[in-house]
Amino acid sequence: MFKVKTKLEKSDVLMRDKYCQTLMALAGDNEKIVVLDADLVSSSGMKPFFKAFPDRAVQCGIAEANMIGIAAGLSLTGKIPFAHSFGTFASRRVCDQIYVSAAYAKLNVRIIGSDPGVTAAYNGGTHMPFEDMAVLRGIPEITLIEPADPVALGDIIRQLCDVYGVYYIRMARKSVISVYQDGSSFEIGKGNVLRNGGDVTIIASGIMVAEALTAAYMLEAQGVSARVVDMFTWKPIDQTLIAKCAEDTGAIVTAENHNTFGGLGGAVSEAVVKTVPVPVEMVGTLDRFGQVGTESFLRQEYHLTAEAITEAAKRAIERK
Amino acid sequence: MDRLKRLKTLRVFAEEIRVTTLKELSYIGFGHIGGSMSIVETLAVLYGAVMRYDAKNPNWPSRDKLIVSKGHSGPAVYATLALKGFFPESMLRELNLGGGRLPSHCDRNKTPGVDMTTGSLGQGASAAIGVALGDRMDKAKSFTYLIVGDGELNEGQNWEGFMFAAHKKLGNLIMFIDDNKQQLDGFTKDVLDIGDIAEKMRAFGWHVQEVDGHNIEEILNAVNAAKDIADKPSAIVLDTVKGHSVAFAEGIAGNHHMNFTPEQINEAISSAERVLDLSRKALLERG
Repeated sequence: MFKVKTKLEKSDVLMRDKYCQTLMALAGDNEKIVVLDADLVSSSGMKPFFKAFPDRAVQCGIAEANMIGIAAGLSLTGKIPFAHSFGTFASRRVCDQIYVSAAYAKLNVRIIGSDPGVTAAYNGGTHMPFEDMAVLRGIPEITLIEPADPVALGDIIRQLCDVYGVYYIRMARKSVISVYQDGSSFEIGKGNVLRNGGDVTIIASGIMVAEALTAAYMLEAQGVSARVVDMFTWKPIDQTLIAKCAEDTGAIVTAENHNTFGGLGGAVSEAVVKTVPVPVEMVGTLDRFGQVGTESFLRQEYHLTAEAITEAAKRAIERK
Repeated sequence: MDRLKRLKTLRVFAEEIRVTTLKELSYIGFGHIGGSMSIVETLAVLYGAVMRYDAKNPNWPSRDKLIVSKGHSGPAVYATLALKGFFPESMLRELNLGGGRLPSHCDRNKTPGVDMTTGSLGQGASAAIGVALGDRMDKAKSFTYLIVGDGELNEGQNWEGFMFAAHKKLGNLIMFIDDNKQQLDGFTKDVLDIGDIAEKMRAFGWHVQEVDGHNIEEILNAVNAAKDIADKPSAIVLDTVKGHSVAFAEGIAGNHHMNFTPEQINEAISSAERVLDLSRKALLERG
């Protein structure tokens, strides 16, 4: 069960710190947990883990392909590996390694891709993954998750120690808007309805969940009742919930910090056309490369805002 | 068993692998014959003398593991596993059949005894390193064996792994480099010259030995020496011939994956069977 915060504020804990704290708490009792990084331990916030569990922390250097293969090999010996790099290098750079050595080989690997989309900010276009989920979504049986805040991240990381398969976690590293109250729990593969509404459903993920909630308040002021769903699992997508939202509200807006091509917009649309075909509008980066800038500049530049969601909602409703 | 008899026994096993692999390939009439023939003696040494395994319990956790990164050598691996009782020899008829358990490239989920899925070249080394690292974390006594191709060394991921394995002093990792001097498009010196492999491996911090890859005794001695090296991963560079001892394939261009006529393959099988008979007779001789 989950509870949504009544007030949207920045989280007091950084996402990367939550990642580290959660794994440190689990690793004490679970000797199978192994952490790998590719010369980004300082960035991933995992220094305390490397210090506390030096025998189960693997520094791979700037060699992501090798890191994924090592993670696959570790899982052959029963280990539960968590391998981190920036999202660009944890997905597109190592797509074939994830495909063959992890997924096709049916091994047990978790991959943390940090700095999703505009949160890569000053690292710019080379480091700004707008396509990581799209690249990986074509891999059979992989699970793709983008937690919205530290509460969601912590609960999902905890669950990932008890499941088997290949999991990619798209993780912001720094502070994000808190959506969930402490103690909330999450079911991988199921979307969370955060707010009810009857005119349109906004299906969002990651940093766009808070924007979606803000958009819903803005729409309410204009007499439009918007439902908000946190679709933190992109694959397997919660088709049942999407169909119900389409049925109930007759229009859908997707909101993602990612290219809509092959992204959440694409995944939701596939579910909509197969179940209850209704108008879908998409907010996301529309097949554009990333660039340098502050996160707030980039949010405006790529129209990843509550205002853009509001406009998209109106368009979707008009198309009913 | 005295040393000479042991070597003769391994020679017989190698010839059995060769005959069985050729028969396996004969059922469908095409396949990766070149790279299968070049590692026959290595497989004989590994499964005949070196590795600890339980054919009735292929996932026995304390076993030694073998990762054949040049996954296209599946036919030779499958023949070896069948001869050692991992599955019936009749299953070898499934090679490359739709829905079968013996795909062209090694698949851990399909074939009993295959430890890792390979075929996308350059990835097996990293997986083997992960296994060796995991075993070391568990303080296991087992060794991880890895077979890579010389052509496969074109792939950069290998060198990421080689750097890592030396940095981590993975003494429980022993790699064979099947230096058969050929890759799909031709001779390695023409396609992408690797240069002196042994020298490169030494430069990467590995313990390196160079042996005749068709000489059982040299391979066995090298493995035993490698097992004694605790603070470095070991590379054994196998001087081999692609398509070794198969008249229509040996050392010729285009022998990576070949179609062959029933006459060609049957002649190769007969020839290999004659060699097998000779090796069996040699085993029975005194001295």
